[in-house]
Amino acid sequence: MSNARISALLAALLLSACASERVVLLPSADGSTGAVVVRDAKGEYRLDKPYEGTVRRFGGNRPESVSAEAVSETFSAALAARPPRASSYILYFQPGGNQLTPDSQAELKRMLAVLASHPAPEVRVIGHTDSVGNARSNEALSMQRAEAVRDQLVKAGVAASSIEAVGRGERELLVPTADEVDEPRNRRVEINLR
Amino acid sequence: MTPFGRLAVPLLCIFGAVSSLHAAEVAGMIKHSVGEVSVERGGKKIIAVVGTPVQVDDRVRTGPKGTVGITLRDNTLLSAGPNSLLTIDQFAFDALSQAGAMSIGVQRGTLAASSGQIAKKIPEAVSFRTPTSVLGIRGTEFVVEVVGGGE
Repeated sequence: MSNARISALLAALLLSACASERVVLLPSADGSTGAVVVRDAKGEYRLDKPYEGTVRRFGGNRPESVSAEAVSETFSAALAARPPRASSYILYFQPGGNQLTPDSQAELKRMLAVLASHPAPEVRVIGHTDSVGNARSNEALSMQRAEAVRDQLVKAGVAASSIEAVGRGERELLVPTADEVDEPRNRRVEINLR
Repeated sequence: MTPFGRLAVPLLCIFGAVSSLHAAEVAGMIKHSVGEVSVERGGKKIIAVVGTPVQVDDRVRTGPKGTVGITLRDNTLLSAGPNSLLTIDQFAFDALSQAGAMSIGVQRGTLAASSGQIAKKIPEAVSFRTPTSVLGIRGTEFVVEVVGGGE
């Protein structure tokens, strides 16, 4: 066993053997770091740098930073059990109907690859239109777009029961425009996967 | 109606609508389940496999070799190692407005968490609780360990 591994294991043993509670802030996936405020009857500690933590000893919380290695050892099982992160995709349409643009057909293929490796996908497909046409027909058109994408997902093997398709008409313009403005970036479907 | 009354009705409408289904509200879904993982609900014990819905008031328990991963409806990720007990104390979420509130209990074991949309929108509406402390979250990833802890 290497020295580095021995130290990490020792650190992990010390972490678990003596402490009754421990909180550690981790770096976020997007590179930012959030914050955790740990509060008990006696006071509070704010953790806002990666690997800052609190440990509970002798009836109170105390600040205690830990190494990334010690976190990996103590929390390896919990970290390995993390579900896939949720993701979003936007697909764009040719004007007036429910045909995807060529770029969006390619994006759909990429999304299907992610879906294929997802243990229990829940998919919400949200259809939108631009402001051309009246509000009521755009409600219907946006729903048709969502359903067209849903049908493509089902054809590709995704269980229909795991997909929800909704239309939001022209109510949520991504690019704000006046009424009756042809705006390709508003003719879209948003797919949320978790 | 008093000024307070005028404000209370719209607020109650939002949170009333969101919490009126409290008893059976779905909070999320099991996405990872290895070894012994169970959900205690209404006095019954349910074996928790991938795809099992998780409801408000559920107690999620892992055995000596069990691990579990859960995604909540606001995309919060929760995962626990062996010998853990998590409780879904509160979860309300409106996908359209992204408003909501949640509280998760870590009674024992190890938890890894990654906060979701509620924490982005209303950070003060998110809390995690250990037997002794309350954790306030500002959009982040963190881990919690409780040795000994409750049943």
